[in-house]
Amino acid sequence: MARAVPARRKMLTTILGWGVGLTIFFPILWTFLTGFKTEAEAIASPPSFLLFDWTLSAYDAVNQRTDYLKHFWNSVVISFGSTGLGLLIAVPAAWAMAFVPAKRTKDILMWMLSTKMLPPVGVLIPIYLIFRDAGLLDTRLGLVIVLTLINLPIIVWMLFTYFREIPVDILEAARMDGAELRSEILFVLVPMAVPGIASTLLLNVILAWNEAFWTLNLTAAKAAPLTAFIASFSSPEGLFYAKLSAASTMAIAPILIVGWFSQKQLVRGLTFGAVK
Amino acid sequence: MISPAVALLLCWMLVPLGLTLYFSFLRYNLLMPGMEQWTGWTNYYFFLTDPSFWDAIRNTLTLVIGVLIITIIGGVLLALLLDQEMWGRNIVRLLVIAPFFVMPTVSALVWKNMFMNPVNGLFAQLSGLLGLEPFDFFAHAPLSSIIAIVSWQWLPFATLILLTALQSLDREQLEASEMDGAGSINRLLFIVLPHLARAITVVILIQTIFLLSIFAEILVTTNGGPGTATTNLTFLVYAQSLLQFDVGGGSAGGVIAIVLANIVAIFLMRMIGRNLDA
Repeated sequence: MARAVPARRKMLTTILGWGVGLTIFFPILWTFLTGFKTEAEAIASPPSFLLFDWTLSAYDAVNQRTDYLKHFWNSVVISFGSTGLGLLIAVPAAWAMAFVPAKRTKDILMWMLSTKMLPPVGVLIPIYLIFRDAGLLDTRLGLVIVLTLINLPIIVWMLFTYFREIPVDILEAARMDGAELRSEILFVLVPMAVPGIASTLLLNVILAWNEAFWTLNLTAAKAAPLTAFIASFSSPEGLFYAKLSAASTMAIAPILIVGWFSQKQLVRGLTFGAVK
Repeated sequence: MISPAVALLLCWMLVPLGLTLYFSFLRYNLLMPGMEQWTGWTNYYFFLTDPSFWDAIRNTLTLVIGVLIITIIGGVLLALLLDQEMWGRNIVRLLVIAPFFVMPTVSALVWKNMFMNPVNGLFAQLSGLLGLEPFDFFAHAPLSSIIAIVSWQWLPFATLILLTALQSLDREQLEASEMDGAGSINRLLFIVLPHLARAITVVILIQTIFLLSIFAEILVTTNGGPGTATTNLTFLVYAQSLLQFDVGGGSAGGVIAIVLANIVAIFLMRMIGRNLDA
């Protein structure tokens, strides 16, 4: 039984909690606000918090001088493309691991996980050279391939932990009714696992959206997603705070919202089921 | 059914890994194509005796350990706080986890320019208002500044996982101990922290894997400098191979990075493997 918490204590924890929460969130809030200032106001001293002339001039400037939409579209294609491709490969694999486990299943799962431990810099050079020779440098296809492979272990693991919770009897019943393997997976397993598949999709879109080692090293201009687009602000444009803020807000807002929706699944996905 | 996934991952692992290993024994510079030569352990010798290698190792360890200490202590405190009853707890939770979704290049640039810039940054302005000298973060404490930025990004991760673990704690056990006269400090030390031990281990191991490969934050803030003050192993290998075009030396560094990461990985795998049986 939970006990009633005294109102005074609840008041104190509320104040403390909101104080800490707002402090941690402040850089994001500040970036969001600065995006609506003029460049002069953005560096004005003392800084104004809310009482300034809200303007969209920084957003206009960013959209005029750079091709924000192109980079945004690159991010969308790369993160959804790699996640979609990953799911296509991972669903059958996770199905097999969860419902027809063999002696080696656990070893294979652990081995898949171990590929995730490979530091990317250890394979940067061969991938870079292979991509150069195959004409994949600075292409969205190249990044989709790399990010699919990078996140495949996480996708398989997450699906596996979700599939494991589905009673095998239902699948067997479908099989008894004469369902083929393909329809068993497509029409029985997948519909039941929709919540699990959806959260796997969300988490991996987030991870791919924010991935910043391969996207920085394998793209130049054409296929650069938002991570690389923002990196181009590192100097000297970074000193134009309003534009930097506007571009940053546009880069993080979509995924922040997705992230807030999928926060519950995050723990499970990122700890490979070790903490639920 | 498993085979496509296994085959792909196997290729992804073995082909580049084999090539890295192979390149690491070659004299191979991208500026001198066709001059590749077998050189045995030379690349390893030069990489390991280069003073910047030891700087990079020291920086890598400082970065990883510094961020771990901050995020674990901060994460435990935050998790304990967020576990309390308060008004609008779900919103506070959303505020706290938000930094995790900010892409590394954005958080690094925003912190570097809008907060830590010695002239117009918010910290400089605040210290100006208080009549203090502004502190030039990236000139005087570059590595600490990066540690601060990375900690901000990873604190939500630690908090979220520790909070999840905390919520699975048996409340009756806590109440029973309270009836037996255990004070809140004793309850924290002897019931809550032991319960969190597993989650803390998971946080340490998973964060270590990611922190060993920190790259974007360094690239957009300091480019590894001043000197080698913020060059970690990942950045050193990147600089060696893609800026100095020394593929052989860079590959040797890559192999060393893999060996180091594997030492951490072994512990992580054991933890998760044990859980799989449960």
